[in-house]
Amino acid sequence: MSTTRKRVYGYLAEFKSASALYKAAEKIRDAGFRKWDCYSPYPIHGLDGAMGMKRSILPWFVFFGGITGTATAFTLAYSTQVVIYPTVVQAKPVNIFTIPAFFPVMFELTILFSGFTVLFGLLALMKLPRFNHPLFASKQFHRATDDGFFIAIEARDPKFSPNATRDLLSEIGGSNIELVEEEES
Amino acid sequence: MATTSHTASENQSGVKLPVLEREKLILNDRSYNWITERICGVLENRQPFLWWLLFIPSALIAAIGVGGGLFHLVSTGVGVWGNTNRVMWGWPIVNFVFWIGIGHAGTLISAILFLTRQNWRTSINRAAEAMTIFAVMCAGIFPAFHVGRVWFAWFLAPIPNANAIWQNFKSPLLWDVFAVSTYFTVSLIFWFLGMVPDLATIRDRCKPGLRKILYGIFALGWRGGNRQWSHYEMAYLLLAALSTPLVLSVHSVVSFDFATSVVPGWHTTIFPPYFVAGAIFGGFAMVLTIMVPARFIYGLQDLITMKHIDNMAKIILLTGTIVGYAYLMELFVAFYSGAIYEMDAFKFRIAGPYWWAYAAMMSLNVLSPQVFWFKKCRENLWVIMIVAMCVNVGMWYERFVIIVTTLARMWLPGDWKTFSPSPQDQMLFVGTIGMFLALFLLFLRFLPCINIAEVKWTLPQSDPHHEDKEEHPDAGTTSIPAYQKELAEAKP
Repeated sequence: MSTTRKRVYGYLAEFKSASALYKAAEKIRDAGFRKWDCYSPYPIHGLDGAMGMKRSILPWFVFFGGITGTATAFTLAYSTQVVIYPTVVQAKPVNIFTIPAFFPVMFELTILFSGFTVLFGLLALMKLPRFNHPLFASKQFHRATDDGFFIAIEARDPKFSPNATRDLLSEIGGSNIELVEEEES
Repeated sequence: MATTSHTASENQSGVKLPVLEREKLILNDRSYNWITERICGVLENRQPFLWWLLFIPSALIAAIGVGGGLFHLVSTGVGVWGNTNRVMWGWPIVNFVFWIGIGHAGTLISAILFLTRQNWRTSINRAAEAMTIFAVMCAGIFPAFHVGRVWFAWFLAPIPNANAIWQNFKSPLLWDVFAVSTYFTVSLIFWFLGMVPDLATIRDRCKPGLRKILYGIFALGWRGGNRQWSHYEMAYLLLAALSTPLVLSVHSVVSFDFATSVVPGWHTTIFPPYFVAGAIFGGFAMVLTIMVPARFIYGLQDLITMKHIDNMAKIILLTGTIVGYAYLMELFVAFYSGAIYEMDAFKFRIAGPYWWAYAAMMSLNVLSPQVFWFKKCRENLWVIMIVAMCVNVGMWYERFVIIVTTLARMWLPGDWKTFSPSPQDQMLFVGTIGMFLALFLLFLRFLPCINIAEVKWTLPQSDPHHEDKEEHPDAGTTSIPAYQKELAEAKP
């Protein structure tokens, strides 16, 4: 007898095309599920609405990241050029009115900080990197990065039930319905 | 070619206008799986003999030119370069501006064409972005070693040092440090994030082993769920929106190195747009130079079609003509200003000892792309390759003309010198060409050279409403002759 226990992750069902996935997503949304996702090899436009998802909040992160960059560059330039160590080069003045000369660096640091915020904000929102996932145990899931369209409904969703969810998936056109289990030591 | 397939549904009262069908971006109705197989095949199959034939010499040239050249330079001193007289910027800065310009096409394709919804970019953006990264790496070598004592290059960074002197934030040279390093970093983030879904594709195709682990690490555990895609698409849009002003700023800042100085021939307001147009021009030529052969070697004709090449040729024609306009406008402004120093600077460029460089710049950059007015020339790959090579050389000459001919005749006649590059100059420049090619070949060998996910996205069946659209009531109701007849009848 095996000593490893298995925990059910949820159902994985395949759909034949992007349109089929889109229509199925609308039905699962209307059935009131929360913990589920559509998997596709490329981003399907309009699927956010079909899944009832909100717009990404990433732009807000980036806005504040960008402002931090502008402020950093201004503080750096102003404090070193005007306050701490004014160096007179080519008889140019040393005061706040030289600020136009600081604009290029302020602009570049705005972009730089925004770029880093996009990278780290995105990773945080996607909850990546995460190198293992129960879905990777599925025999068919590797096709999600090639030509497969899948919907996975998680068992931790309050609406999940072993039989009804399975029937729902096959009713809306899902095939190769698979119960994905994760191993628990 | 374009054919009429259906009519516009509006215009009920008047003539029904035929709508031209868009040309297909991916030929022969390829499936998703075919696209995956073909692009992953480039790095999964054995490399063709030609790959080794190109890689070994490039890597050797890079090792000798860049590795050996820099070792010699550092161990002896920067005096081994030819810029020991008044022409102190010499080849190193010519090469710096040349390489940094090459990179601009990559960001233009990935950012500006993304914002303007030019879907043809998807087949070429990955390779062009890789080109950007490698070109900026080549560019960075020159100013870093041009500072003289490279082990003090960290003085460029705004960190407190023992001298208690801070960088001069009013200097365009410091702006350049920030612009180029930001450009490199943001381009790298853009390139990497764009590659994550494709790395996951490769990961899922690998047999368990070291390869799978390595691709898996860089794929970050990507699963392709829409809850990831949603944020990912937003991130991509944001990076495109950030990179667009960035790419315009980088070459503008590079041009400030010249334009903010009080030197005849440099002190002009036309420099920033002129440099940016030139950078895009030179960059597209380099994209064609490397993508046209790669397309043949790896059989990517269905993904990078003649339509893509045609579009790039048109951009070369446009930007080349803008560059030509800038050259002429420079001359006109010098004449119209009435400033004798300004006029003399341009007389010297055209008719002085460097007349051949000016002539090469004019003919290669302005005249050679004009053949792209003709469709036959945009369809002939030999013509395209020849023009692309002309532009590559011509853009190098442009920087040579701007830098060397100007510095050779500054204000004081006592400073007037001519410049000749030393063997070390030539060695390092050729070395960077080898380094660029070697890095690009390694990229083809190990990373997906075409954006798999985005190419799939451009297929018509990828639109979730594709099936609904096929039942459009107007589909195929009016042919061109019928339309013309109807139009003739409608005329009063």
